[in-house]
Amino acid sequence: MSGPIVKVRDLVKEFQVTRGRGGPPAVLRAVNHISFDIRPGTTLGLVGESGSGKSTTGRLLVGLIPATSGEIELFDETITGRGGAAALAKVRSKLQFVFQDPHGSLNPRMRVGNSIAEPIDIAGGWHRKDRADRVSELLETVGLPRAVAERFPHEFSGGQRQRIGIARALALKPDFVVCDEPVSALDVSMQAQIINLLLDLQEKLGLSYLFIAHDLAVVRSIATDVAVMYAGALVEQAPKTALYAAPKHPYTQALLEAVPRPDPNRVRSTPLGGEVPSILSPPPGCAFAARCPRAMGVCPNEPPTPRATGEGHLVACHLY
Amino acid sequence: MTEATVLASGEAIAARRRFRVLRKLLHHRSFMVGFIIVLAMVLAAMLAPMTGVDPNAMRVRFRFRPPQDAYWFGTDQFGRDLFTRTLYGAQLSLWIGLSVAVLSGVIGAAIGVLSAQFRPLDSPLMRIMDALMAAPAILLAIGLGAALGPQTHSVIIALAVAYIPRTARIVRASALVTRELEFIEAARVSGASNLRIMFKHLLPNATGPLLVQSTFVFAYAILAEAALSFLGIGPPPPAPSWGNIIAEGRSFAVQAWWIMLFPGFAISLAALGMNLLGDGLRDVLDPRLKVES
Amino acid sequence: MAAPLLEVQDLTVRFRTDDGWMTAVNRVSLAVGEGEALGIVGESGSGKSVTALSILRLHAAPTTRMPTGRIMYGGRDLLTVPSRDMRAIRGREIAMIFQDPMSSLNPVLTIADQIGETLRLHQGLDQATARKRAIDLLDLVRIPDAARRVDEYPHRLSGGMRQRVMIAIAIACRPKLLIADEPTTALDVTIQAQILDLLRDLQRELGMSVILITHDMGVIAEFARRVMVMYAGRVVETAPVGELFRRPVHPYTDGLLAAIPKLDVDVRRLPTIPGSIPDPTAMIPGCRYGPRCPQVQEACRREAPELVPAGPQREARCPPRVAAMRANL
Repeated sequence: MSGPIVKVRDLVKEFQVTRGRGGPPAVLRAVNHISFDIRPGTTLGLVGESGSGKSTTGRLLVGLIPATSGEIELFDETITGRGGAAALAKVRSKLQFVFQDPHGSLNPRMRVGNSIAEPIDIAGGWHRKDRADRVSELLETVGLPRAVAERFPHEFSGGQRQRIGIARALALKPDFVVCDEPVSALDVSMQAQIINLLLDLQEKLGLSYLFIAHDLAVVRSIATDVAVMYAGALVEQAPKTALYAAPKHPYTQALLEAVPRPDPNRVRSTPLGGEVPSILSPPPGCAFAARCPRAMGVCPNEPPTPRATGEGHLVACHLY
Repeated sequence: MTEATVLASGEAIAARRRFRVLRKLLHHRSFMVGFIIVLAMVLAAMLAPMTGVDPNAMRVRFRFRPPQDAYWFGTDQFGRDLFTRTLYGAQLSLWIGLSVAVLSGVIGAAIGVLSAQFRPLDSPLMRIMDALMAAPAILLAIGLGAALGPQTHSVIIALAVAYIPRTARIVRASALVTRELEFIEAARVSGASNLRIMFKHLLPNATGPLLVQSTFVFAYAILAEAALSFLGIGPPPPAPSWGNIIAEGRSFAVQAWWIMLFPGFAISLAALGMNLLGDGLRDVLDPRLKVES
Repeated sequence: MAAPLLEVQDLTVRFRTDDGWMTAVNRVSLAVGEGEALGIVGESGSGKSVTALSILRLHAAPTTRMPTGRIMYGGRDLLTVPSRDMRAIRGREIAMIFQDPMSSLNPVLTIADQIGETLRLHQGLDQATARKRAIDLLDLVRIPDAARRVDEYPHRLSGGMRQRVMIAIAIACRPKLLIADEPTTALDVTIQAQILDLLRDLQRELGMSVILITHDMGVIAEFARRVMVMYAGRVVETAPVGELFRRPVHPYTDGLLAAIPKLDVDVRRLPTIPGSIPDPTAMIPGCRYGPRCPQVQEACRREAPELVPAGPQREARCPPRVAAMRANL
């Protein structure tokens, strides 16, 4: 298929939060009208700090959380709105998810072979031998010896558990995998191994990824396109090289500036002040206005709409 | 240098980790003491027929004999050998303890996972549990036992019902924690049904606390059976249970103190053994609760 | 060279775990001068945090064998001073901040109480004076609206704010040495930059020595003056920061720098260090890094290497590499 396999339009997710002092529940808008596409065989890196809504977005995309409004279209099936559940059931085998925490992502009471085979068991109808063969094949694919299928998660290191989680995700040959901070909990030397594994798998199996991370350097090593989120909104989207070479949104610029580099001689500028605004009572207008070094009069009052500023480069900022 | 080679060097470590729980249990003093006590009692119960004596044979000529060569625990008001009766009593009392523990464990576990998985069910189920817990277990058991009649199985049912809230809460607490872990989300991404999540994921991860709680229920049940027998709603005579031996010996407390002593001692020992076992299990399975020794 | 403020000599710390005894810190030595910023960098199992906790004797007693070695501070060995003296040193002369701001503050005490605790303890201030000082400290750590914030409870503060409060508590008595154990790891990147900036300024203003422990090479580069690299419980390299990044000597440092994802360049595949960190309970003869080292030789497998000088103010635990580099000059 040539068109985008993932199409997100105007997606919104709100949570009801009960307030301690017994008032009416507050509304927390975790995802605020975001839109993006993912083309087959590519990786969209979704970057943001805490409160950006990136993890929520990832879970919305695989139907773990229901959307409040907006559209999610996967493989030409609309999984939001009426008939969404049926559509999701149709494309479910093409979707998967890789989680962040290598310690919580595997059932400690299940042998890893069974954990890996769980998607198969749920789908049902496989012969025992085919199932076992597939588990061995998957273990090999992620670089683990076949014999370890009988072991329990606590017998493995964090990096190995992450590989097992990836093996599980690949069980039914998905086409689209959401990776939620898959390397954040790993040591640096292990991160590189897992990133390379994900890249190899993408090449070999033609996978598409939504790669969620807070680490911009990690995203650079794996993404084709990058989208930056702040306080629930998508502030900038661009092909990778364009984003890193010439970021347009002041937040993206501040973010790139803030990342510490292994270069003692680098000249540092004053860091961005302030904090992420509370998404319980979002300010009207641009969420970044309070911290933005280039904020103008219109910014706190009117939310900016995404505008194209070049080859696939979208920015939501009044400066453009 | 590949992952495989590093894994191979990790083989020794994995082997050490594999039986870690078992090894820790074997090294845990309280657990081993408790385990040996319980094992001894179970063996004694199983080997009861080897005495060759009929526990219900009445030999009125030999009534009220104190503990001596021929009668290790003495005889009761009907001349029945108390040693044999105590051993056979072990069979019944331990059987009651086990049945109550298993029954309350199974039903409590089911209620616990259902409450955790289906939030709308949680409130009503837990309120019922609260209501059951509001009355002391013994009173509850007495009420149910009286309603069901003095039979062994009514004792078991009454006690099981009384202890279900305890196991239900333990399992529910564990399930609520487990639900938040990522592997549950992983299962749901793949389309797992609620049933699958409850039985393949929530329940297996609750077996630790459940097992520990069950050992305590076992101990409570043995003690409670004695209390019920005291009040005449225990297993009916002449079948000996520790409780009803004590109950029958009550009238002769002064002149034949040995009738109540030995079964009473057996009850204490069984409860102690089970408690030590349970403490040990808990220490090993949940190190966070461990008291520094 | 002036006498160091703190000198750790041959520190060894062993723990008992479920899988046997492990040597978390294996004959580690380090020195921090007055006003110096020392960075300790390493991955999990490197022993960096345990080293820091040992300086203040904060390790968990029942499972730790008494550390051997010496920690010299002010002419005394901190490992042997009586507990009462140690308590006087903690917080007043040597302070520490930790990684997780969420659990480092007591949720039932106000900020004023928590900062005040250390002031009342070490400086004998009364409540009113302590509260005023607390406000001053909050200003110093750049918390806006300090006079109002000081009466709040920790749950009302964000992660970055809490970390600032922790810093305020730590510097309340103007310690000579601040140990910061992964102080920014749990924070967002933009907040991390703020906190590092704050720490740099405070260090300069107060003339404190700082030991910064982290796994992030970028943070080290931006903060430390001298760097110590640890692997599997041993020091494998020390160097001035510029030298370390320009010309790493130990193959592990080399591998680590290569494996870090780069923010400013596109690479097709990241170079990796094969294998994984050795099991801390497994004793292997020879160099602990050997199984993963691309330049491993027979001698490395037989005998554990010692630290050898590798230039001015540099040491590395890899005699073959040091010799090779000297030969190339």
